[in-house]
Amino acid sequence: MARSGDRDGRGQTLDAAAGNGLIDRRALLGRGVVIAGAMGAGIGPSAAAGAEPLTDGPWSLEIGDPTPLYQVPSKFEAKVVRTLSNPNHEPRNSHSRTPHHFLEGTTTPNGLHFTINHGGIPTIDPDKHRLVIHGLVKQPLEFTLETLSRYPMTSRVSFVECGGNSAPMFAPEPMQETVQALHGLASCAEWTGVKLSTLLEETGVDPRAKWVIAEGADSPHLSRSVPMKKALDDAMVALYQNGERIMPGNGYPMRLLLPGYEGNMNVKFLRRLKLVEQPGMSYYEARTYSPILPSGKAYRFYFLQEVKSFITSPSFGATLKGPGLYEISGIAYSGTGRIEKVMVSADGGKSWAQAALQEPVLSKAFTRFRMPWRWDGGPATLQSRAWDEAGNVQPTRAEFVAARGQLDKPAPVLAFPNQHYNSITSWGVASSGEVKHVYA
Amino acid sequence: MFTPKRAIFTASMLLAITASGSFAETPNLGKPIDEAAIANWDISILPDGTGLPKGSGTPAKGAVIYAEKCSGCHGDNGKGGPAAALVSDKKIEGISAAQKTIKNFIGDTTTIFDFIRRAMPFQAPRSLSDDEVYALTAYILAENKLIGPSDEMNAQTLPKVKMPNHDNFIIRFPDRI
Repeated sequence: MARSGDRDGRGQTLDAAAGNGLIDRRALLGRGVVIAGAMGAGIGPSAAAGAEPLTDGPWSLEIGDPTPLYQVPSKFEAKVVRTLSNPNHEPRNSHSRTPHHFLEGTTTPNGLHFTINHGGIPTIDPDKHRLVIHGLVKQPLEFTLETLSRYPMTSRVSFVECGGNSAPMFAPEPMQETVQALHGLASCAEWTGVKLSTLLEETGVDPRAKWVIAEGADSPHLSRSVPMKKALDDAMVALYQNGERIMPGNGYPMRLLLPGYEGNMNVKFLRRLKLVEQPGMSYYEARTYSPILPSGKAYRFYFLQEVKSFITSPSFGATLKGPGLYEISGIAYSGTGRIEKVMVSADGGKSWAQAALQEPVLSKAFTRFRMPWRWDGGPATLQSRAWDEAGNVQPTRAEFVAARGQLDKPAPVLAFPNQHYNSITSWGVASSGEVKHVYA
Repeated sequence: MFTPKRAIFTASMLLAITASGSFAETPNLGKPIDEAAIANWDISILPDGTGLPKGSGTPAKGAVIYAEKCSGCHGDNGKGGPAAALVSDKKIEGISAAQKTIKNFIGDTTTIFDFIRRAMPFQAPRSLSDDEVYALTAYILAENKLIGPSDEMNAQTLPKVKMPNHDNFIIRFPDRI
């Protein structure tokens, strides 16, 4: 392993962790001041001599705005919004994507959580909404929002990801799109609600029940079949999203939460759960989320959102402003548990260094990884690769394409030409500092 | 008010509930409801035909309903329009989902009936009678040459129609079922 030779101003060396400027992640932990010293190297009193004198902005000299009942982000953050697939509300489905490149940490603000709705967003009167559990149960039961709110609650942080997220990566050439366009159909929130197993304990379960058909109160009455195994494991009837009632686009007043499972199965506007012996083979499981394989066969019941990571900063659309120290930062998650480690490369996968994971590292939740990097101003290819605690590893693009294939030609970026893509994303940094999407 | 008497009563209730077994520690606030009261919502259909309603329809009847209520989005004779084609002989080549059709991909006829009944027409879901849904399903199957032009579809005949792609699926995670 090469030494970078960087001096931090106190005579200490920042250890190179891998090629093309990656610095040992421990430089991030408790050595922030040291890094600041390194960044400031060369800026001495002579540079400060011409500095502008500080003045007060008008906001410091007058009374500010009144306090709103419900606060929204600063008007200067107007670019931090979701992108819409169907802004004119044409009679078809509608997607909104999370702007990962403008966000930090691991919690997706409720206003920026991704949504996909197949018949608009229903305006549901919470007092009139009902959840019915029936079929192969001992006693069918009907619940209101009010009665469910009196049940013991549980909270868990969980990502939700559309089975079609990252679908532009099936293109044979890298599509020049933001991380929002490529991976924006995944978000992470703290969900609070009643464990489904608690409600099933009250209805009783006929041992013949192998599946639960979940159905929404939206206009397509969206329906998916969920194995009883998952229903009795960690499934939740969620009522709250990041502490407040679930957003209308995310399933108000209640949704099914199946941590780590394909977003579409997490049925929103949940109104009915029917226990049955066979899966219903609804449209979405029979068609949409059954990906075609190169052999001509297709996968069915994919369920899992497999281990994935991508770098959010820097990413496509950014321009680095000159050589120096940067933090590479991104998101990793897995439907099969906690993230074990994330490796980062700055040389297109020739060498790798282990990234720092931001605590807390939670099961089936976004995990933020960080990696210090000294950019020397030359070409670089940034990649991240995640491992989960179950031993699953994010495939390289070559490995993924060998197993799952790729398209003959790119599809429109908002289309879903295939599903369940989870291989490595590569960002190419040019000498100009411009960041492009590349395959490496 | 919390009194010693009430404390004793509460404690004895807890004991009684615990002793009764499985319903020990849940609030039991669900209201019992019978299947008859759920019937209007219970539109679940299984691939073997379980749950299919009474009624029937023929391709000829379906053609009339299709022209009136479906062709605006799905095109004349199901050839496609703003919404997907429903009648096609296209084969799947490569992995693009855009190639999926009813004939080359859908494994069970019940899926077609179920989706029409729960979600179509897009602007007026649940507005079709069960007879109309059978007729539209029959029309789509006949146009795709999966049934004869005068075959009636009902709860007995529909699940017996074998779809060409029925056996072409691999269960991705069988251990999770």
